[in-house]
Amino acid sequence: MTAAKKAVSDIPNDKLVRLYHQMVAIRLFEERVNDLYTRALMPGLAHLYIGEEAIAVGVCEALKNNDYITSTHRGHGHCLAKGASPDLMFAELLGKEAGYCKGKGGSMHIADPATGNLGANAIVGGSAGIATGAAFASKYLKTGQVAVCFFGEGALGQGLLYEELNLAQLWQLPVIFVCENNGYNEYTHFSESTAGDVAKRPEAFGMAVETADGQNVRETYAIAKKYVERARSGGGPAFLQFKTYRYHGHHVGDIARAYYRPKAEEQEWVTERDPVTLHGTWLMENGVATRAELDAIQEKLVVEMDAAVDFAVNASYPDPSKVTEDVYA
Amino acid sequence: MSTAAALDVRELTFGDAIKEAIAEEMRRDPTVVLMGEDVAEAGTTFKVLTGLVDEFGKDRIIDTPISEAGFTGLGVGAAMAGLRPIVDIMFGDFLMIIMDQVANQAAKIHYMSGGKWKVPMVIRATMGATRRSAAQHSQSLHAWPSHIPGLKVVVPSTPYDAKGLFKAAVREDNPVVIFEHKISYRKVKGPVPEEDYIIPLGVADVKRKGSDITLVALSSMVQTALAAATMLEEVGISAEVVDPRTTWPLDVKTLVESVKKTSRCIVIDEGYFHYGVTGEIASLIQEQAFFDLDGPVRRMGAMHVPIPFSPSLEDSTVPSERQVFDLAREMCNK
Repeated sequence: MTAAKKAVSDIPNDKLVRLYHQMVAIRLFEERVNDLYTRALMPGLAHLYIGEEAIAVGVCEALKNNDYITSTHRGHGHCLAKGASPDLMFAELLGKEAGYCKGKGGSMHIADPATGNLGANAIVGGSAGIATGAAFASKYLKTGQVAVCFFGEGALGQGLLYEELNLAQLWQLPVIFVCENNGYNEYTHFSESTAGDVAKRPEAFGMAVETADGQNVRETYAIAKKYVERARSGGGPAFLQFKTYRYHGHHVGDIARAYYRPKAEEQEWVTERDPVTLHGTWLMENGVATRAELDAIQEKLVVEMDAAVDFAVNASYPDPSKVTEDVYA
Repeated sequence: MSTAAALDVRELTFGDAIKEAIAEEMRRDPTVVLMGEDVAEAGTTFKVLTGLVDEFGKDRIIDTPISEAGFTGLGVGAAMAGLRPIVDIMFGDFLMIIMDQVANQAAKIHYMSGGKWKVPMVIRATMGATRRSAAQHSQSLHAWPSHIPGLKVVVPSTPYDAKGLFKAAVREDNPVVIFEHKISYRKVKGPVPEEDYIIPLGVADVKRKGSDITLVALSSMVQTALAAATMLEEVGISAEVVDPRTTWPLDVKTLVESVKKTSRCIVIDEGYFHYGVTGEIASLIQEQAFFDLDGPVRRMGAMHVPIPFSPSLEDSTVPSERQVFDLAREMCNK
């Protein structure tokens, strides 16, 4: 803990403020997704990232623009943190031509080569190979790029993940496996699906492992930075487990949740462990930013996000003739 | 267009033609790597790649753990990030192990990303029974990837085709699954030019010209069909043998043109008979050549049983030249 605090104090003030900015951006984005979905403007499914923002932001702030990420069905936060533009994100979520994937991917498949986003993946654990392979290419081509594989603790049940951990460690690939443990595999507490100690699994491969608080963005950033730099300099992969919580349901329609998790538990995380509130308070207490400055960040982002929603709502759907395009390169 | 028939061209086995294709592509393009179980010093379990590691080193001919899904998924990511991986899964039966990475990942990434990401990779698999390898090492499963949009599927039948098609597959910007007939590796020999050439994917080849009946045959069944055609000639039946060479893209035009000319057709494949390649091809021919047909397009495929071990059982599961001969003769009323 002492070591982590020491590292945290090394974060420059502008970066500390940026961490806050990025988390608020994701929070505001997801609140608008919730709104669009409940107003029936968004087709399909919406898996909100609210509550987990400190992980995507902390990790992606430790990456360069051309570093790679793979994301999950709960992926909006990762894509935004890696640099995606909210207007093109919303457009994709609404199935519009202007979206990142021309409306062909939707919420669960945002991809963007310009920001190193290899794609969100709707197969749980399905992207572990893709991230490891991107790291393989980086090492082979000596480009210095690092790949991050985001996945939820639900992916711990998938065999592919362990094949990739083995390959990554065996071949010392620059890939960071980031496990976002929000406690629930859909509607089941992870203790009902996960034997033993999660951290001991990657440890058995000889991989560097760290388990930390996923609600503290300074900690997620500091840890990610340490292992990203290590991977970039040839030190091999790492497995980071961040404990977190999703405030909403598995997806927007998952409203009656009492049968799988108590209301009091949800309330405790929202009021005591919120990553945005915690970091905002820390910034003020440590004299890095004032309330007025933080409010100004939020107000500016509200304007940006509302404009992005307007852009997407007013954008056109793809012409049906486009359905056969992009099947083959 | 089997142009390799010139007499001065040297002969290679089917396996050596594939090795030559891989070696040439690896010399041409440093981003081509090959990975799989025992591909390096062992030269694969079929010994098809013997010697490649000596030329290209272990950084490019890469032995993997026994993790087919793991290294196939790794190949997908490596392809997206600038390499052209050739992933070798040894037996086609192991396609089931890697199917999520092939069908849900590799095949869909280009489309799901609105055309932004590409997955230029080749998946090498084998097919073919009668090797006494029993139910889990003998299947011909090329129908499976052919069912999935976003994949291309190659089923070469001759050394000449194998070299040209393999080289085209490596240069493809799409994921390609290539099924190599494992008994053909040593058994089938043929002329293969030493120079660089490619055969575009999606172009069928007329392996033998004829006028009374069209035998559409794939992979190992091309040799079976050619042998049957020789027997048919002796009873006065002129059979045309057409090899689609790829199940997707599928050169329907060439198949239909042949059937319009001959008015009779049998489709012969080593994959399972039901819900397979023969059903798809026969259906397309019937839709497009209906009024030129003398009777229904007939099909021959592997029996609807798990491939058995015992030779007396196994041999009966795969169409034979005698069966092709008998059916063709019956259809021609001769």
